[in-house]
Amino acid sequence: MSSDNTRTTKHGAEIESTQEARLGEGVDSRFNSTLREAFGSTPFILTKFDQFMNWVRGSSMFMLQFGIACCSIEMIHTYAIKHDLDRFGAGVPRASPRQADVIIVPGTIVSKFAPRMKRVYDQMPEPKFVVSMGSCTISGGPFQEGYNVVKGAEEVIPVDIHVPGCPPRPEALIYGVAKLQERIANGESAPVTVKPYELEQFGDLEQDELVDKLADQIDEEDLVMRYNWSDSP
Amino acid sequence: MSLEEPDDPLATRDVGVTEEGVDYDALADLLGDTVIDRESHVNAEGFVVRPDEVQDALFALRDEAGFDHCACVTAQDYDDRYESIYHLRKYDDPTQEVSVVVPSPKSDPVSQTAEPVYRTADWHEREAYDLVGIDYEGHPDMRRILLPETWQGHPLSQDFSGEEPQVVTLREHANPLADDKRSEDDPDTMFINIGPHHPATHGVLHVETVLDGEQIAHVEPDIGYLHRCEEQMCQQGTYRHQIMPYPDRWDYVSAGILNEWAYARAAEDLADIEVPEYAQVIRTMSAEMSRIAAHMLALGTFALDVFGDFTAVFQYAFRDREVVQDLLEDLTGQRLMFNYLRLGGVAWDLPEPREEFFEKTRDFLDDMPEKLKEYHNLVTSNEIFQMRCVDTGILPPEEAKQYGATGPVARGSGIDYDLRRDDPYGYYSELDWDVVTEDGCDNYARVLCRMQEVEQSARIIEQCVDLLEDWPEDERDIQANVPRTLRPDPDTEIYRAVEAAKGELGIYIRSDGTDKPARFKIRSPCFSNLQTLPVMSEGEFVPDMIASLGSLDIVLGEVDR
Repeated sequence: MSSDNTRTTKHGAEIESTQEARLGEGVDSRFNSTLREAFGSTPFILTKFDQFMNWVRGSSMFMLQFGIACCSIEMIHTYAIKHDLDRFGAGVPRASPRQADVIIVPGTIVSKFAPRMKRVYDQMPEPKFVVSMGSCTISGGPFQEGYNVVKGAEEVIPVDIHVPGCPPRPEALIYGVAKLQERIANGESAPVTVKPYELEQFGDLEQDELVDKLADQIDEEDLVMRYNWSDSP
Repeated sequence: MSLEEPDDPLATRDVGVTEEGVDYDALADLLGDTVIDRESHVNAEGFVVRPDEVQDALFALRDEAGFDHCACVTAQDYDDRYESIYHLRKYDDPTQEVSVVVPSPKSDPVSQTAEPVYRTADWHEREAYDLVGIDYEGHPDMRRILLPETWQGHPLSQDFSGEEPQVVTLREHANPLADDKRSEDDPDTMFINIGPHHPATHGVLHVETVLDGEQIAHVEPDIGYLHRCEEQMCQQGTYRHQIMPYPDRWDYVSAGILNEWAYARAAEDLADIEVPEYAQVIRTMSAEMSRIAAHMLALGTFALDVFGDFTAVFQYAFRDREVVQDLLEDLTGQRLMFNYLRLGGVAWDLPEPREEFFEKTRDFLDDMPEKLKEYHNLVTSNEIFQMRCVDTGILPPEEAKQYGATGPVARGSGIDYDLRRDDPYGYYSELDWDVVTEDGCDNYARVLCRMQEVEQSARIIEQCVDLLEDWPEDERDIQANVPRTLRPDPDTEIYRAVEAAKGELGIYIRSDGTDKPARFKIRSPCFSNLQTLPVMSEGEFVPDMIASLGSLDIVLGEVDR
């Protein structure tokens, strides 16, 4: 560092280069962190591998950029400036389900969309987690009586955390995500293997009046989803 | 057409135009024998037309009488008949309205299509077929539009039972051009699905696209992935309190108060409720705040579409939205779903201490010019942005009118149409502001239009704050005297619209003497605006289609309802 480049503060001390300033005085203090002090003389940690993996999973989650309805606006606000979900290690949203760990379901699910959402969920690599955001994904919310509305996300995919509200505030969503992280880190939220609702092939459906009626319109190879509205909660 | 100035200005006037408004008798003479009856709606007279002479009547009204805007098509199911109503008005003067009522028999609900007269009737009639079950003869593409293809029954008709099971298919990669291929080995076209889960479709829109190389040969928006039965919900609710929460959820990008106003205006005119002036000023102010928030989101997501910019512009736009949302939260108690308007007024007065609220609002308005300058630096004067947006997504004004486009989409094509000025409501006519139009007809013009509208909204808010600050304390009536249970007279029909963030948001209500509407139809601006997408993007490149879609600024909650 050449001397004519040095500037002085009002106290007269010389300001060094950024790197030097960061290093501080004495021996390179980056390596003398409080964590290091806590370890004492042995710089090793012993932990269970599973626990370590859970901690890693919970600390770095990739969210899926997935907007459905009103809640997605509050979800964007949660990602954006001011609330900034990234502070909690819950990442920038990924546009592709193949890169995502967590899907936030932000809005009303209707009959036409449910199979598509199921498909997006199936494309995510395991382990995967689901945060359902808003009343619509819990029960259908204000639209529960609608002829076309699926009564909650859990009719289609398994859900780890429900965040109630219409819509939930960004703070509530952050709390939900933080809770999910906590559960994952504690090993309470296992990677999903149970899928309560499968897409069916049309040919596999029970032969009833409706299926007979549609038989010549739908290819047997087509994947279908069947809604029994009267059985829905 | 002669280039000379016509001598007599009256000779060029459309049929039925008088100084006082529309002369319906002249229109009846024009329509002649096609009219079999006349009805009186609160907003306009209705002519009952035979189901096989719809096009004759509509052509006459469009070409001779100048009704060039088919705002909405309402279908409904009576005990003894089906009925379609075409709500017509004029782009030059939307206070001139007329309804064309087409009954069709219960046993065989078929009526002639209006699609050759107004292109926008295409989707409106498909929706009528889908939800109510009226068939339109001669329609080019009579399919379901909102519900899945395999849906059984028509949910808004009287004989629908919600208990039936339904089967919904998940079919992919069907090639709509397969039949048109000249030969089996024609490799030139390719079908791709854009959506329903795609970052650039602003929600759950599915765009079926056929590409010829990098260019778009055919594009067709497939909607209905967020059809949450809003009309059914409103028909189940009572006028006084149960309907008002739903409008917030149509156009959900903070434009709630604008939507609530659409319902409030229709219901207040239906039940003859007079809103106190003070409440009107509060409504005007809060509605314009909503508009700013909505336009900020439009700008931010448009920059995201065009730049792929999840960083600066997007975050700036959301920073400014947060400020507006804070103000609206102070006022209404909610960030997004305000539920603030009531029939006959607003829910409560401005928050105490009032000075603090005014100061916060003023601060926001004072920062506005600086922020807009920043946006113009970052966005509109950016060379890359201009290359992407200038002269792409052209929407000629005649096409825009044919498709019933309104709002910034129409104003970006040079159509001077703004219901706040042309069909005044609220306190707008007392305030000093301008309607923004741009002649570019392209993506750039639409974005410019929105940014200038933000300036105008800020002007309106400023004047409202001045008014509210000096309002005498004993005249602060926020609510008119409205009966606890509202039962408008039976068989009153009304279509009323307001200028929402995306354009003309209209509501048709028919009352049957009970405390719930017998038919509640929402005319959503996005539904009509989205129909113009093929006009804008066919023959263009894929990224230009994405830009056009962004500049249309659709909200799927409002498209699908």
